[in-house]
Amino acid sequence: MKIITYNQISNAVIDLIAHAASNLPEDVAESLGNSLNIEISESGKSVLNKIIKNAEIAKNENKPLCQDTGLAVFFVEIGSDVRIEGGTITESINEGTRRGYEAGYLRKSTCDPLTRKNIGDNTPAIIHYEFVSGDKLKISYAAKGGGSENMSRIKMMKPSDGIKGIIDFAVETMEIAGPNPCPPNIIGIGIGGNFERSAVIAKKALFRNIGTINPDKELAEIEKTIYKKVNNIGTGPMGFGGVCTVLAVHIIKEPCHIASMPAAVNIECHSHRHGEIIL
Amino acid sequence: MEFKKIKAPLTEDVIAGLKTGDEVLISGTIYTARDEAHRRLTALIFENKPLPFDIKGQIIYYVGPSPAKPGEVIGSAGPTTSYRMDKYAPVLMEYGLKGMIGKGKRSIEVKDAVKKYKAVYFGAIGGAGALIAKSIKSSKVIAYEELLSEAIRELTVEDFPAVVVNDIFGGDLYDEGKSKFAGKFK
Repeated sequence: MKIITYNQISNAVIDLIAHAASNLPEDVAESLGNSLNIEISESGKSVLNKIIKNAEIAKNENKPLCQDTGLAVFFVEIGSDVRIEGGTITESINEGTRRGYEAGYLRKSTCDPLTRKNIGDNTPAIIHYEFVSGDKLKISYAAKGGGSENMSRIKMMKPSDGIKGIIDFAVETMEIAGPNPCPPNIIGIGIGGNFERSAVIAKKALFRNIGTINPDKELAEIEKTIYKKVNNIGTGPMGFGGVCTVLAVHIIKEPCHIASMPAAVNIECHSHRHGEIIL
Repeated sequence: MEFKKIKAPLTEDVIAGLKTGDEVLISGTIYTARDEAHRRLTALIFENKPLPFDIKGQIIYYVGPSPAKPGEVIGSAGPTTSYRMDKYAPVLMEYGLKGMIGKGKRSIEVKDAVKKYKAVYFGAIGGAGALIAKSIKSSKVIAYEELLSEAIRELTVEDFPAVVVNDIFGGDLYDEGKSKFAGKFK
């Protein structure tokens, strides 16, 4: 049995939050650099250059890449040989979130959905747990902005809609989103599960590094098709016109009910702040 | 790329010279407001009460900045998505608002109001909050402090970078850009 303490977890969360806020992950930075070679629109290139410049300033001045420092989203893998002492893991992640957002001068963006009153400390974090074998605790974090989240969609499709239906739904979602979710975007797609599960796996798909290939050949092909179709919409960087509307498409599928084919499309902005830590 | 340098608040002459796609650098005084501040401003108008600032000729920037660190003027300060303010923007233009800075598409009603009241909608680069903050020289909360990042702030800006999206002639950069590059990805 491996003992991991409440404080170890909250301190790890503080580190993750602080680093992600002002350091664009390498996979995203590389992808944005590559997109400069793909983009043919002058205004699109100008936007991409400013986004790259913004990342330099954020890193050098330790300033948030974006003022929307997101809701704190976590995917946590807990090994069966891990024992957590000193409090619950949910409390420790929330404490890390509270302290991390305060210490980093990050924006607190959680509020009551009806009164709109700000909670004041960016809690509660959104946490998804998975129980795995082993003696490790893996915490993956993303600062998920509201603008791209607002353009995300879920659809309970018919089995007869098939792969084409899913491709059309994803492309239509990006057509409707247009300039709003800060393109170039990353698209996470969850196929299967049930209503809520499809959305969770769509979010999880965003955590895969850009540039990695889906091990499922059929899904890899669907990703490629959606990538091409979305970049042919014409939206371009920040919607000013261009061919770089999406940097990557990532799909996860899971079994679903024989009557259903749920599909969720979770859009992420170019300021794709994510990171992980293993305790 | 050529930039048009313009001053805020805006005059009708300046607005008449702005066309969809123009890259501008804005200097002067602008105000910040998001969802809740917009709801409150329009409520004041309907109740015939004075607004916390004189809106005539002004530009409102849709932004909720991250907190300033000690010694900083402002934290990260890029635009938020504009459509959430569509419900409120036409009445503000009717009462003298001349410019809006945000990101993303506007409703037909907003685009019509831009034409009717001779105003302008600028797009700024979402997710470039650290870069944009460099053009903000002072920041002061003037109303609704309890809204935290959503309070109304008076900003002094110098060469704030933006692009004209909707002009008084009915132009829309998003529509034009999209139709120009649709089907062009190899």
